[in-house]
Amino acid sequence: MSKRATREAFGSTLVQLAGEGVDVVAVEADLSKSTTTATFADAYPERFFNAGIAEQNMINVAAGLAVAGKIAFTGSFAVFATGRAYDQVRNTVCYSELDVKLAPTHSGITVGPDGGSHQMLEDIALMRVLPGMRVLVPADYFAACEALRLAAATPGPFYIRLGRAAIPAVYDESFRFELGKAYVVREGSDVTLAACGVMVERALAAAELLAVDSISAEVIDVATIKPIDADAIAASAAKTGGVVACEEHSIIGGLGSAVAEVLGEHQPVPFARVGVRDVFGTSGEPEELMAHFGLTAHHVAQAAREVLHRRS
Amino acid sequence: MNPNAIDTQAIEMKAARMRYDIVEMIAAAGSGHPGGSLSAADIVATLYFGIMKHDPAHPDAPERDRFVLSKGHAAPVLYAALSEAGYFGREHLITLRKLGSLLQGHPDSKKTPGVEVSTGSLGQGLSIACGIALGLNPETADERSVYCLLGDGECQEGQVWEAAMFAAHNSLESLVAIVDRNGLQIDGACSEVMCLGEIEAKFAAFGWEVATCDGHDIEGIIDSIARVRAVSGRPGVVVASTVKGKGVSFMEGEAGWHGKAPSTEETEVALRELQAALEEKGASL
Repeated sequence: MSKRATREAFGSTLVQLAGEGVDVVAVEADLSKSTTTATFADAYPERFFNAGIAEQNMINVAAGLAVAGKIAFTGSFAVFATGRAYDQVRNTVCYSELDVKLAPTHSGITVGPDGGSHQMLEDIALMRVLPGMRVLVPADYFAACEALRLAAATPGPFYIRLGRAAIPAVYDESFRFELGKAYVVREGSDVTLAACGVMVERALAAAELLAVDSISAEVIDVATIKPIDADAIAASAAKTGGVVACEEHSIIGGLGSAVAEVLGEHQPVPFARVGVRDVFGTSGEPEELMAHFGLTAHHVAQAAREVLHRRS
Repeated sequence: MNPNAIDTQAIEMKAARMRYDIVEMIAAAGSGHPGGSLSAADIVATLYFGIMKHDPAHPDAPERDRFVLSKGHAAPVLYAALSEAGYFGREHLITLRKLGSLLQGHPDSKKTPGVEVSTGSLGQGLSIACGIALGLNPETADERSVYCLLGDGECQEGQVWEAAMFAAHNSLESLVAIVDRNGLQIDGACSEVMCLGEIEAKFAAFGWEVATCDGHDIEGIIDSIARVRAVSGRPGVVVASTVKGKGVSFMEGEAGWHGKAPSTEETEVALRELQAALEEKGASL
């Protein structure tokens, strides 16, 4: 299976939705080629609006389109759409509970050479804390297509975290994204690897490494960070007795924090976080950076062994 | 709209009643923003009772005109107009800012009938109005207008100019912005806190049709809006010069009345003045 970036799903899925009669529009901030909303702009120019380099205006124009009855998707990069326009997302989109779907690309360190200023590692935290915001982190291209469809079909604000780098497939065309569902992608009995986004495939690779040492790892794709599937996470933790959260995001406020909240309240077990450890990113190639920041399958497997050690 | 067919005297009476309601509800709340609510009373009364197509019985009717109060802290002037129009009963006004009230400290579209979108964080309304103008059905858009009321201090927010650029670029001719130029903001005169220079020239430079008027002259407001609406192919802005705290002698032109409620004694004086103004126009509460 060839690798594909989750961002490749964006423009093409909007084209499909429009073709199916869904009243989608898109507002971009001068990054239509990078985010792939250009594909939608080419097919439906009357439904595409470029705000130029003005992300705050992009979010609120989308909000106005939603007030006028449209399902409004927004582009730009994760760092700008969530950070620069945070007040617009909070006070207009979420406070008014509008049909605005943020689907920015270039999240995380797999952005690569552009460096720390453009590698958004705090977006899940920022979006997760907003009342009414749903946060989806698709694990591959197929999940991204379905995440966009789910957001279009479900009223209210959504955040869909898309990435720049081509990544291996975890699923295929048959995958359906269910809001608030964590997917068990590999069953196991000794330790739970709860992952999202690009880390799902790495958690699966880590499970293979652990299997060599006769450790049976269960891998869960926590594709919806909010609302989180507390039942599935607690059930897996009860079964295995130890959990590792894996994300291409800061260890503060993201998936690791969300899983810790669930475990703390429902199923306390030994727990570890794999993620970027409270630092900014830096320039480099995506795979170099994943190694540099400790986000490889080996790092995940090592964290799992430490959790097992603490359990026993 | 036919400017000559509008009953300006009736609008003056509405504005006078709204001013009374504004002071009464802010006094009952014990907090709020009287200065910028009173400065905008004639503008908002003109929109709701002279210009805009809207139906309180059907707040979601698709053919309605839209209003965005970008200067959301002036919520009392909007609540006074909506109550006067019949979107909700007048008895709600004294619940302003209280727990469980329909009437939040700043406009909340989830709670208040007739409020199109929540506002309060300054600088966002014009962008929202742009999106609404874009989203209206192009086949009927020329029959509908989107009105957005901004403060002059609010124009210090950079996003206002992102929206100004966007509206002109997209030829949003159904969009009409009105700037309530009362010249004052929390920390003092706008010209001293952060001078905006010429607001008219700035909008004109971005490609807007610009008109100016006395924001307390109903006929002037009507004519200015008609003038910018008559120009096709670009958005219009009316820069309306107003007096902050208009109608209450001790509040007029005083920045200190931006965001505080009058005391019991001050409320008595203010309501007596506003009552007299009402009677002078032959109106009553």
